[in-house]
Amino acid sequence: MTFKTLTATAIIALGTAAAQAEEVRVYNWSDYIDESLLTKFEEETGIDLVYDVFDSNEVLETKMLAGGSGYDVVVPTGTFLQRQIAAGAFQKLDKSKLPNLKNMWDVISSRTAKYDPGNDYAINYMWGTTGIGVNVGKVQEVLGEDAPIDSWDLVFKPENMEKLASCGVYFLDAPTEMIPAALKYIGEDPDSHDPDVIAKAEPVYMAIRPYIQKFHSSEYINALANGDICVAVGWSGDVLQARDRAAEADNGVEVAYNAPKEGAQMWFDMMAIPADAPNPDGAHKFLNFIMDAQNMAAASNYVYYANGNLASQEYLEEDVIGDPAIYPSPEALDNLFTTTPYDAKVQRVVTRLWTKIKSGT
Amino acid sequence: MRRFLLIAIPYAWLLALFLVPFVIVLKISLSDTALAIPPYTPTLDFAGGWAGLKSFFADLDLENFVWLTQDDLYWKAYLSSLTIALISTVLTLMVGYPIAYGMARAPEEWRATLMMLIILPFWTSFLIRVYSWIGILSQEGFLNQFLLWTGLISEPLIILNTKIAVYIGIVYTYLPFMILPIYAALDRLDESLIEAAEDLGCSRLSAFWLVTVPLSKNGIVAGCFLVFIPALGEFVIPSLLGGSGTLMIGKVLWEEFFSNRDWPVASAVAIVLLLILVVPIMLFQRNQQKQAEAEQ
Repeated sequence: MTFKTLTATAIIALGTAAAQAEEVRVYNWSDYIDESLLTKFEEETGIDLVYDVFDSNEVLETKMLAGGSGYDVVVPTGTFLQRQIAAGAFQKLDKSKLPNLKNMWDVISSRTAKYDPGNDYAINYMWGTTGIGVNVGKVQEVLGEDAPIDSWDLVFKPENMEKLASCGVYFLDAPTEMIPAALKYIGEDPDSHDPDVIAKAEPVYMAIRPYIQKFHSSEYINALANGDICVAVGWSGDVLQARDRAAEADNGVEVAYNAPKEGAQMWFDMMAIPADAPNPDGAHKFLNFIMDAQNMAAASNYVYYANGNLASQEYLEEDVIGDPAIYPSPEALDNLFTTTPYDAKVQRVVTRLWTKIKSGT
Repeated sequence: MRRFLLIAIPYAWLLALFLVPFVIVLKISLSDTALAIPPYTPTLDFAGGWAGLKSFFADLDLENFVWLTQDDLYWKAYLSSLTIALISTVLTLMVGYPIAYGMARAPEEWRATLMMLIILPFWTSFLIRVYSWIGILSQEGFLNQFLLWTGLISEPLIILNTKIAVYIGIVYTYLPFMILPIYAALDRLDESLIEAAEDLGCSRLSAFWLVTVPLSKNGIVAGCFLVFIPALGEFVIPSLLGGSGTLMIGKVLWEEFFSNRDWPVASAVAIVLLLILVVPIMLFQRNQQKQAEAEQ
């Protein structure tokens, strides 16, 4: 055998080996899993796991709507999931391949059914709220001991914001969450799709716009933990991660999270299988693995977000299950609202309004 | 035959890498958005035969271009992009010309090294280089730390997330595109012309203005276009270094595409951007041609 044919045979052998090794491609949010779970999945199933991350629903949605993403499991938020199901981006789950569905929590699945009737297309991964993270010491220094840190007043009242501007305020760059929050604050329906009602959010933001330092959806974790800013409107688990980073750094920064008492938005990140997934069978194995009580608990203990898995609760650490910022009490749960996706015309109104608010003109 | 092949290669290149993508984008800009994969309608369906093709063309319209004229966001963004691109080009020229001049005047044996130093940063990813500016310009960044340490300032300067940071980013990124053509022009400059000017009574400064600058004009023009054209559509630099208030057309395009899921309007924005760029690109082409003719 010449050297040439030897290499050729080796390449063919490698090729077939690669074709035989099963592969599952997962596309999830960044910083959103305990990475030891990924190796555990590979060891248990012998399937190669390719794990990629994204940081915005819009990026994921564009990939889904372009088609041929090559992913087997993706994690859109409920409102985005609903629209993508309507566009035909996902395949129905084969529930016979998902015995761990029995672990799911009806309190959550009854809510996610609003986006995905019958929960036919997706399972809940994590859920949380959009609220206010504060650097307790600094805010009290600026606004006094009785600063309304558990109310939208803190960030939507210009008098408060004028003072807070000196220590730094960030808002999420997520119009589909920030506009409902402002509507809730002024007593309108946060889920309104009426352009005239949505427009009422504009004066609320314009009055406080000069005091907002930045609109960003991930930088606030570090900024809050370092003490660079004193208030961030953000996602529950992210603020709690900031709290932990500050505690670890022992820098005297005390971070607290509150879902405002007037009502905060509740969102659900859902795992679904794209219609054109190359390996739907492996995708089901991954979903079933994630729904295992201990695996799901490990993920929540790591990222400080609540999950939709009832059986996992006995494995959760006390500082997760016992923290009302992560697992709100049943009464607090009733105070949270959810939203539904905008159609194309209303979405344009919302995006345009947001551009106007951000550029301040 | 060989001549035909030689001409065919660049044309095939243009066809595959410019004309075909352009026609696809143009087609999308004439469609309507839809909740589907892909998210616009109509899509080309060859199975429908002639009738399918006819109904496809019947469904296309200019609605999205009309839309661009109805909201002041778009022309404001184009205008602001033009201003930013123009100012950055001037700044890049002001920084780049002295560097190129210095390089051309440096001793022969240094020039290769100097050239290397200009090109070397290109071996690092563009994204990483822009990111590192965040570390330099932020409030706790190196620049502020240094200025505080020297006592020049007592409060950290807010540079990141402002237009100044965008200018710094663009000038830094595109500087080599300015330096290289100017250097090439200055390198070819016949030293005896300057000597002659000085012999005839020119001061050094007026010799520079009357001889060196006009002779390097082609390099300046080439460098300016090489900076201006990409800076106009720039997206990465303003989104990483600029603030929420920095309005640029690249960012508007991104929002149409990702936030609004409106591929047709995004395509219309891109087509208009291209039309705006056609003017400077043609001028650039003319300049190159004139230069080539002059050399013959």
